[in-house]
Amino acid sequence: MGPGSTQVTKTGAWRTFVPVVDQKRCSKCSLCEIYCPEGCIRRVEGMFIPDLDYCKGCSICAHECPRKAITMILEEK
Amino acid sequence: MIQEQPLFAPGHRACAGCSMPTVVRLVLDATGPNVIVVSPTGCLEVTSTPFPESAWKVPWLHSLFENASAVASGVEAILKRRCQDTKVVVIGGDGSTFDIGMGSNSGMFERGHDIMYVCYDNEAYMNTGVQRSGSTPFCVHTTTTPSGKQSLGNPKPKKDMPAIAVAHRVPYVATASVAFPVDLRRKVKRAAELRGTSYLQINAPCITGWTFDSGATIELSRLAVETGIYPLFEFVNGKLADVKKIRPRPITDYLNAQGRYKHLFKAPGGKEAIAAIQAIADENIAKFGLAQE
Amino acid sequence: MMKVVEGSYGIAQAVKCCDPDIVSAYPITPQTHIVEDLSKMVADGELKAEFLTVDSEFTALSVLVGSSAMGARSYSSTTSQGLALMYEVLYNVSGLRMPIVMTVANRAMGAPLNIWNDQQDAVGARDCGWIQLYAENVQEAMDLTPQAYKLAEDPDILTPVMVCMDGFILTHVYEPVEFLDHDKVKQFLPPFKPKVTLDPAHPVTIGAFADPSYFTEYRYLQQEAQKKALGKIGPIAKEFNEIFGRYYGGLIDTYRMDGADAAIVTMGSVIGTIKDALDEMWAEGKKVGLVKVRSYRPFPVKALRDALKDVSSIAVIEKDVSIGNEAGLTTDLKSAFYNTGMKTPIIGFAAGLGGRDITIQDIKRAGTKALAAARGPEEEFEFLTLRKEIL
Repeated sequence: MGPGSTQVTKTGAWRTFVPVVDQKRCSKCSLCEIYCPEGCIRRVEGMFIPDLDYCKGCSICAHECPRKAITMILEEK
Repeated sequence: MIQEQPLFAPGHRACAGCSMPTVVRLVLDATGPNVIVVSPTGCLEVTSTPFPESAWKVPWLHSLFENASAVASGVEAILKRRCQDTKVVVIGGDGSTFDIGMGSNSGMFERGHDIMYVCYDNEAYMNTGVQRSGSTPFCVHTTTTPSGKQSLGNPKPKKDMPAIAVAHRVPYVATASVAFPVDLRRKVKRAAELRGTSYLQINAPCITGWTFDSGATIELSRLAVETGIYPLFEFVNGKLADVKKIRPRPITDYLNAQGRYKHLFKAPGGKEAIAAIQAIADENIAKFGLAQE
Repeated sequence: MMKVVEGSYGIAQAVKCCDPDIVSAYPITPQTHIVEDLSKMVADGELKAEFLTVDSEFTALSVLVGSSAMGARSYSSTTSQGLALMYEVLYNVSGLRMPIVMTVANRAMGAPLNIWNDQQDAVGARDCGWIQLYAENVQEAMDLTPQAYKLAEDPDILTPVMVCMDGFILTHVYEPVEFLDHDKVKQFLPPFKPKVTLDPAHPVTIGAFADPSYFTEYRYLQQEAQKKALGKIGPIAKEFNEIFGRYYGGLIDTYRMDGADAAIVTMGSVIGTIKDALDEMWAEGKKVGLVKVRSYRPFPVKALRDALKDVSSIAVIEKDVSIGNEAGLTTDLKSAFYNTGMKTPIIGFAAGLGGRDITIQDIKRAGTKALAAARGPEEEFEFLTLRKEIL
């Protein structure tokens, strides 16, 4: 029951659509990181990468990206 | 702008696209870890603490639905007694804040505790299935104010909770929106630095209750602000201190974007209702001087 | 130091000696003087506690949820309607295992509105997980306060305690009492050392929701804690006696049970009157004894079975009614006897409801009926002091 222990639950299993980031279009504005309800888009070595363990595929990031650099695609399982 | 280690972890059970966890992360990013959070029963509490898991990386206490302010008062009294410089933050929904917790809130406000009260306002009792709350705006469809052959949805206006806080002489009262994170962060920081009570009411759309595609959450809140129906303002010591200026958009842009108002576009009397809602927005724009010159 | 003071003041003095960090209470007759006296002590710097003037009893106890979670020794007091208003919080406090002590100045539950003493309020809340200890007189109510904290804060127990004292009868009476010696209380009651507190340096989550796979075990642990309390209430009272020289019983106490044919079982201040009535009855050759229930929750099943095994009949006198079926103590006592094979008839009397006096004559009448019940009870449960003429 530790702080942050919800991390054992991988809510990535919920999603139907998965975000794909076009790193070349990305302007590093960090709005996707700010808006993500899961807090699972983090900056990794300068690039914004969704953590697919937790991403629920809500598509807020794709919707809000000012450069339209994020696309939601149907995830093949 | 975002801390390295978020203080609200993923893995919580909020709906995909829910605005509430974003609000919480933005609030905690602005306050930092030296806080104690008290939450009432509601979506936040239920989705963030399914025993034995917890999303909270700060101390967190939940008691009941209607006593968050009272419980926070007890925490604050002991912090003060120990001269401990930790901020008490209540984070709760509109159900608790506007209705069942009113007595508790009124008491906390008038006792003047050093507590930051944050209400994530999704405008109904969402956790129990979208029943109306005192925060539900005029003509909204909820499960207890449904649209029907003889109803256009909620017949009552939204309770003016910020005005109630101002009337209690709460030194800092502000509204904010998840769609304007820089503004939200500035207001949270201002409240955190204040030695006294503050009330922050944050517009937080709910996909399940408002009915819209999950990606449009932020857009909905932006529309709420930009139409004037959800004015963003700050009251400092009882006086209007600042507002977020807007280029007003027609209310129909907002109403059309979500299912909870859809009935107004079909039902008899709907046109008049839409005009009445536009009038509420226009009144806000005039009262608060929202229009950009 | 012996002084003649109002019962409420004695309680406030006892609370002060326990060094609470916070007092949070909402005024309600007949508890008001306790709260006012504590408030004056704070205002004069005699009691260095946070004193919150709250907006309702619901808030009063909720505030203590917050303070107790911070590891602070927390105190409140209430009665009847106030206890009912905080009903939800009672379960919350016991479920969160918070060692809060609350003086309940027992009063009737409305409707009809009535500010006088009976025990419907606390007995009606007997299932909520709080320990309930009943005082016979003002001194005992005072003495129970540090004993209650010692019990509540015991790491094996961690259960909140109600110290029950009859409203008006004990709160507003003026009688000579021995003030508690502050240093001796400090010796008897160590500082509160909580296991878990809210601290940004070590974040914890308190009050998560528990789904069906976890809930039962929580209730089981609460039940086990009250069982352990059965073993601690007596020793704590004895330890108190060693330091302060006063003893009112452990889980129970008895009076004139040696050689008694019948027994009266009861709780609270009526015991004083009963002792006088029984003295008269013994002088008349009617051998009725008394068993005082001091701990109502946890219910002292074994102690009661032992104390009552030699009498031929039992009468319970209590100040509450479980509307629809007799009354709390009566049914609890009957259930304690059921599986033992003891066939002692038990009859019950509701008396003193809404503050109606229980006279020596009333008690002697109950005692006589108790003796008669050995031949088989005529009536299993009745209202002892019913005014049939106004019905």
